[in-house]
Amino acid sequence: MASKDLYYVPHGSKWPIVGTLSVFTFFLGSAMLFNHSSGAKYVFVVGIAALVYMFIGWFSDVISESRAGNYNKQVDVSFRMGMGWFILSEVMFFAAFFGALFYARMFSIPWLNGEGLGGVNGTHEFLWSSFEAVWPTNVMPDPSNALGGGKAFQEFTEVIPAFGIPAINTAILLLSGVTVTIAHWALKEAKRKALIFWLFATVALGFFFVFLQAEEYIHAITDLGITPNSGIYGSTFYLLTGFHGFHVTMGAIMLAVIMFRSINGHFSNKDHFAFEAVAWYWHFVDVVWLGLFIFVYWI
Amino acid sequence: MSTLTQANDHDHDHKPTGLKRWFFSTNHKDIGTLYLIFALTMFFVGGSMAMIIRAELFQPGLQFVDPQFYNSMVTVHALIMIFGAVMPAGVGLANWMIPLMIGAPDMALPRMNNMSFWILPFAFALLISTLFMEGGGPAGGWTMYPPLVLQTGAAFPFLILAVHFLGISSIMGAINIIVTVFNMRAPGMTLMKMPLFVWTWVITSFLLVASLPVLAGGVTMLLTDKYFGTSFFNAAGGGDPVLFQHIFWFFGHPEVYILALPAFGIVSQIIPAFARKPLFGYASMVYATASIAILSFFVWAHHMFTVGLPVKGELFFMYATMLIAVPTGVKVFNWMATMWKGSMTFETPMLFSIAFVILFTIGGFSGLMLGITPVDFQYHDTYFVVAHFHYVLLTGAVFALMGAVYYWLPKWTGYMYDEKLGQIHFWLSTITANILFFPQHFLGLAGMPRRIPDYNVQFADFNMISSIGGFAYGISQLLFVYIVIKCVLGGKKAKALSWEGAKGLEWTVPSPAPHHTFETPPKLTKAMLEH
Repeated sequence: MASKDLYYVPHGSKWPIVGTLSVFTFFLGSAMLFNHSSGAKYVFVVGIAALVYMFIGWFSDVISESRAGNYNKQVDVSFRMGMGWFILSEVMFFAAFFGALFYARMFSIPWLNGEGLGGVNGTHEFLWSSFEAVWPTNVMPDPSNALGGGKAFQEFTEVIPAFGIPAINTAILLLSGVTVTIAHWALKEAKRKALIFWLFATVALGFFFVFLQAEEYIHAITDLGITPNSGIYGSTFYLLTGFHGFHVTMGAIMLAVIMFRSINGHFSNKDHFAFEAVAWYWHFVDVVWLGLFIFVYWI
Repeated sequence: MSTLTQANDHDHDHKPTGLKRWFFSTNHKDIGTLYLIFALTMFFVGGSMAMIIRAELFQPGLQFVDPQFYNSMVTVHALIMIFGAVMPAGVGLANWMIPLMIGAPDMALPRMNNMSFWILPFAFALLISTLFMEGGGPAGGWTMYPPLVLQTGAAFPFLILAVHFLGISSIMGAINIIVTVFNMRAPGMTLMKMPLFVWTWVITSFLLVASLPVLAGGVTMLLTDKYFGTSFFNAAGGGDPVLFQHIFWFFGHPEVYILALPAFGIVSQIIPAFARKPLFGYASMVYATASIAILSFFVWAHHMFTVGLPVKGELFFMYATMLIAVPTGVKVFNWMATMWKGSMTFETPMLFSIAFVILFTIGGFSGLMLGITPVDFQYHDTYFVVAHFHYVLLTGAVFALMGAVYYWLPKWTGYMYDEKLGQIHFWLSTITANILFFPQHFLGLAGMPRRIPDYNVQFADFNMISSIGGFAYGISQLLFVYIVIKCVLGGKKAKALSWEGAKGLEWTVPSPAPHHTFETPPKLTKAMLEH
């Protein structure tokens, strides 16, 4: 029986247990760092190195199995479905942070100002009567943070205007969505040179985005005084843009891998799931950014 | 049948040996076995913590442990039982049975399957190690509400990262199950022909994929609030501690159905087999399961009625919660209608399933009481809540899981378990679990708060009864371990069709099931597709 007719079930693999151990070491190192334990940074670095080793090794195995023609149509569908559901889980991860942003803007800030609950909310009157609900909240309800550990909040002078770097970044990501699609068209027509060129453009745009985002952070922290310690505005700003920036970085690295594989002659015009998976992921970070641009920077 | 085994035999049915077999496994049966053994182990670890709790509550006053340690026992007991016992037991069953039930060669993503399992022991190493740290283990309850949880000592980052690790495991497991069910069914196994256990697990997996990342986001915010100065849950900076409760219960309520839905699936397999009748209302069972799952995302704030929500919110969440009783009622009706005029026999799996239907319904009714906003102000955070969720989780989920083990043990081991001992285990469990939890209803209604190691003397009698039931239940479970080990070692040989009335593809392969099954899709006959 031809192997293509059978669903490919690998018989034994060390990568899952290596993966588990590397994530475990990474988490252990992180927890030790938070606790200022001695030797924490060594555990942490070993964890990161093990993670990198695991990703390279595991994906190398999968790539060589794919190149050897072990995967039939049905295996391909499994990968597609798996990637789709993974992206859904990522959407829900970001939903938690967007939820926090909306909750703060719609509920907690107005309530701290005495609105809601039929006007019987005493918080404002008895606790922090000088607080005024504005967004972005640059003066906190209790600027000294006396009840929350006593470390005073960092007030900021102004926020980053939407139509500066963020608008340029929006254009960059939208453009990168176009370039990755042109690369896909080229791949489908088996035009390898065009494929590599447009992939390179996408990777470059991705890293340029990350560069501008880093510039923006430096500006925000040093010039404007916005830090994670700047109350709920700083909290939501850094968690949302930070996790998004991390995802863009990962996506750009994945795109770079796809580009090098394309240079090495991988993928055919019919069979290139890895390319598509990364492209889906790229569109996902793009859509998350649009949400960020609108709700974090713009309105 | 014979053609099937031939198709299986042509390939290498040799098992890998030694440590490699278990650490490098890509075999759904081996990984399922690992999950089940791990779940049973954690059931005893979490159970021994429950014994400490019940020993402390045996009498009023402080006898054995200090309050901080008592509260960390309450917290870690919950986390272990939820993430270490009930969920892995369910995933273990899914691993073992879903490929056999739908005619698939294995899970769709076998390497990821292995990683989903091996994360668990390491995640619990992170969590349990905290009990030996400076400041003790996490003691703010499994719900991890700020600001209390932010007072945790060195255990705090370990708690958060253990939750992340468990979340990664569950999400990978859930994606694997969804892909397996949607992509690996044998030709002819259409969605509405699938056994109900498969249906309940695929719907459970949707819940996992959609809810666990939200928990991950929530605990990440706890972490940054503690270490990076953010104010998500700090009102002084414009945040709100209640926000965490919203995020947590947006995960937490689907989570309770993640624990319960596979149990519904198990019972829907066992009752028809021992009533020797097809499941009554198959399609309505599928739709009811889906309805429960969808509704579970719109009821979370019924855990937070006393926290100061706007009245309109309280009303919305009360009515939405009441709605869940409708599809759940459909299920209970269908199980009873399946038994109606059936040729019933009462082997151990059936006994556990019938007890499930009765006792889960009791837990469901106390849940309805808790879901009514005005009366919840009386019951909130009392032992009534403890009684409620132990009825749905212990006499509900755990009873169904144990029934499932008895039902499928012959398929896994090739031997029948000792039926007499199984029935003794059933009666011991059922009687003692009720002695353990039924009095807690009275304690709660009389006002005894949960999560406090001491209590007023007026609660002494019922607490003593409850503790006696608790110790007896704990000891009874040792019998379960003995029965399982005895069955693994030998006994009456099991036939391929181990139960006369059982239906489904899993009963067409030999007992014990060969290491590899259905490497080529089976040809399904009409009889094989009956449920």
